[in-house]
Amino acid sequence: MQKTLYITSNGRLRRKDNTLYFETETEKRSIDIENIEQIHIFGEVDLNTKALNYISQYGIILHFYNYYGFYAGSFVPRKKSVSGDVVVRQALHYLDKEKRIFLAYCFVESAVYHMMRNLRERKEAEAFLNAIEDEWENGRFNISSISELMGLEGRVRNIYYSSFNQFLPEDFYMEKREKRPPTNPINALISFGNSLIYSTVLTEIYHTQLDPSISFLHEPSEKRFSLSLDISEIFKPLIVDSVIFKLLNNRQITLEHFDEDLNYCYLNQEGRKIFINELRNKLETTVRHRQLNRNVSYKGYIRLECYKLIKHFIGDQVYSPLKAWW
Amino acid sequence: MPEEIQELQDLKFQGIKINYLYVCKRKLWLFSKNITFENQSDKVLLGRILHEYSYPKEETKEVLIDNLIMIDILSDGAVREVKYSSKMKEADIMQVMYYLYYLKQKGIEKQGVINYPKERRKETLQLTPEYEQKVKEALSEIEEITSQATPPPATKQKVCKSCAYFEFCWG
Ligand code: SF4
Repeated sequence: MQKTLYITSNGRLRRKDNTLYFETETEKRSIDIENIEQIHIFGEVDLNTKALNYISQYGIILHFYNYYGFYAGSFVPRKKSVSGDVVVRQALHYLDKEKRIFLAYCFVESAVYHMMRNLRERKEAEAFLNAIEDEWENGRFNISSISELMGLEGRVRNIYYSSFNQFLPEDFYMEKREKRPPTNPINALISFGNSLIYSTVLTEIYHTQLDPSISFLHEPSEKRFSLSLDISEIFKPLIVDSVIFKLLNNRQITLEHFDEDLNYCYLNQEGRKIFINELRNKLETTVRHRQLNRNVSYKGYIRLECYKLIKHFIGDQVYSPLKAWW
Repeated sequence: MPEEIQELQDLKFQGIKINYLYVCKRKLWLFSKNITFENQSDKVLLGRILHEYSYPKEETKEVLIDNLIMIDILSDGAVREVKYSSKMKEADIMQVMYYLYYLKQKGIEKQGVINYPKERRKETLQLTPEYEQKVKEALSEIEEITSQATPPPATKQKVCKSCAYFEFCWG
């Protein structure tokens, strides 16, 4: 499997001859460039065009995060797998209102399914689970626009997040979900995890012929790579939230792992390491795929989701979003 | 892109399409729409090619095609191909026949050779009128399949297991 590199310390990425090195003040480590798919950079890292050019020859994507661990942007090398045919058809699905709503609905449906799945095993959350089910079942058949769908999704999500207070440690009480900037630990964790998933999905999209800027649930104008936001909806509850629950309930992450700064609350370096480690484990965890009859990692399921979208666009197979069956 | 390289690119793609026509028509359709997926070993190979480009050998006449096929059309010898296994025999033969056919159109008559180094075997091919006819038919069949709006549906076959599209088709 292609590897993901996370750099949390400060240093320099340097190409010397045909090797890429990461150098810190105290050590120099060579990077196995042929087996790397993406690099997430959290530390303060210097690099020059010589290194960038080398990295891009291998189709490696760099994701940058700022001092607070918030996603800043990605360096995406020129794409090798471009198919005009796929892009044109992807755009057609955006322009046709019915077709667009169908896909947007699929993303939300899968997201809601995974939210409910997360609450299903928790007795404390039963009432919330029922409330989500009511809201969803009442609303889902009366959707005639993207904004209605967004509204429904927002209401479901609010119930979902408010259930967290029932089973997460008290220190991590959430008044409400706030995106930017997060001012309390639980929101900081969710934001951190979501941006990691966003960039991970972006990498998977990059390796396919999908155009990351044509999206369905989110407006393409919203963010440069808004298809990544769409697909992330499926995987945020499935991957990020379960990582958060595990880290908090096992007390692996506590309030000690957060720093505060004016209006921000953010994970400190130690906290990020713990989080990244757990997320990496999750992404590499495999589940047997029933049709493929092979073990597929969570990360692999993201790629498969991209494939399903391509098949949908080229008129091969109607898209049916992932609903974790395990 | 210099004209000659462009022409080689087209030749390469056309050759692969001929090959895929005999392997799997769905694969052919997907490939013709540029829906391709590189895998890990491609990437490793890419690294090596890049390496070679940065340190060109004076006399490099081989043109790397489809990452697995080496065709030596620029040198004086025969059209030579290297295959890693003889499993796809008909597809391989037709691919070489196509190259020979193409060269013939340009007024160059050659023999073809397929090398199976792993099996320590090689095969010499001659473009006969029958094969020439078969190539023409294949080209029009390719035209027909690739102009369809949707791909032929996936059908499970033995080759699927080792096909780069396996996860795409069945996932
Ligand atoms: S996986 Fe099977 S059906 Fe799909 S392209 Fe390959 S050979 Fe054809």
